[in-house]
Amino acid sequence: MEVPILKQGHYLIASIQSALTDADLSELREALIERVGRFRSRGVIVDVTALDVMDSFAVRTLRDIAHMARLRGAKTVIVGIQLDVALAMVQLGLTLKGVATALDLEEGLAFLDHHAAARVDDKRAVGRINRGR
Amino acid sequence: MAAELSLAIAADVDVVQARLHGRDLAAGAGFSTGDQTVIAAAISEIARNILMYAKRGEITLRVVPNGDRHGVEVIARDRGPGISDIARAMQDGYSTSGGLGLGLPGARRLMDEFEVTSVVGQGTTVTMKKWRRVTP
Repeated sequence: MEVPILKQGHYLIASIQSALTDADLSELREALIERVGRFRSRGVIVDVTALDVMDSFAVRTLRDIAHMARLRGAKTVIVGIQLDVALAMVQLGLTLKGVATALDLEEGLAFLDHHAAARVDDKRAVGRINRGR
Repeated sequence: MAAELSLAIAADVDVVQARLHGRDLAAGAGFSTGDQTVIAAAISEIARNILMYAKRGEITLRVVPNGDRHGVEVIARDRGPGISDIARAMQDGYSTSGGLGLGLPGARRLMDEFEVTSVVGQGTTVTMKKWRRVTP
């Protein structure tokens, strides 16, 4: 089952529609990382609302997506982890340490916008410091 | 509601099918959606272990009665290489496959009862149960 990936401005949005096999998850990782380069994306949102469980393979793949996207210059945010899924993840001992999460797509977009704005501010700050010298 | 269901595990789609069937069975037995997810996650981990270590095997799912409580029993059997050191395999982060090493210990934490028997060269059987919490 292929995961549709939408391009919205500087962001890529992958909306998982159903339970995914390990191969599906690996394909999603490859497709997202390739598209970050092709579309010069700054942000990636993976919507896992429809994912039935987050097991160790799913968590590892999402972590890999976030780390690989960052190496390519894009920020990743995982959105839509359901209450029951979060509960099972914690019991399994799975964490998404180092990976941004948000409640839903709307919050995820707001997070990326905030992150992009902060990045622009950082650049301006650096510029001011340089001019001051 | 089928009383017992045996599923062959030989490809990653079978892992997904096994956990979806497990969820259905747990729903039929009256488990909460939270426990359905917990059972599905445990099945996903041990079904993947079958694929990774033994290539193929079988998962049997059934509802088991225990007085006024219902439970779900999951038995995963394979004729793979077996586990030489079960105590070590039950430790968090220990893996001989390059995985996260959370499969067996994670599944044990998710379920109420958990037992692994394994004979090197002959295979592994994981038996795990989850009991429905009785609402007062």
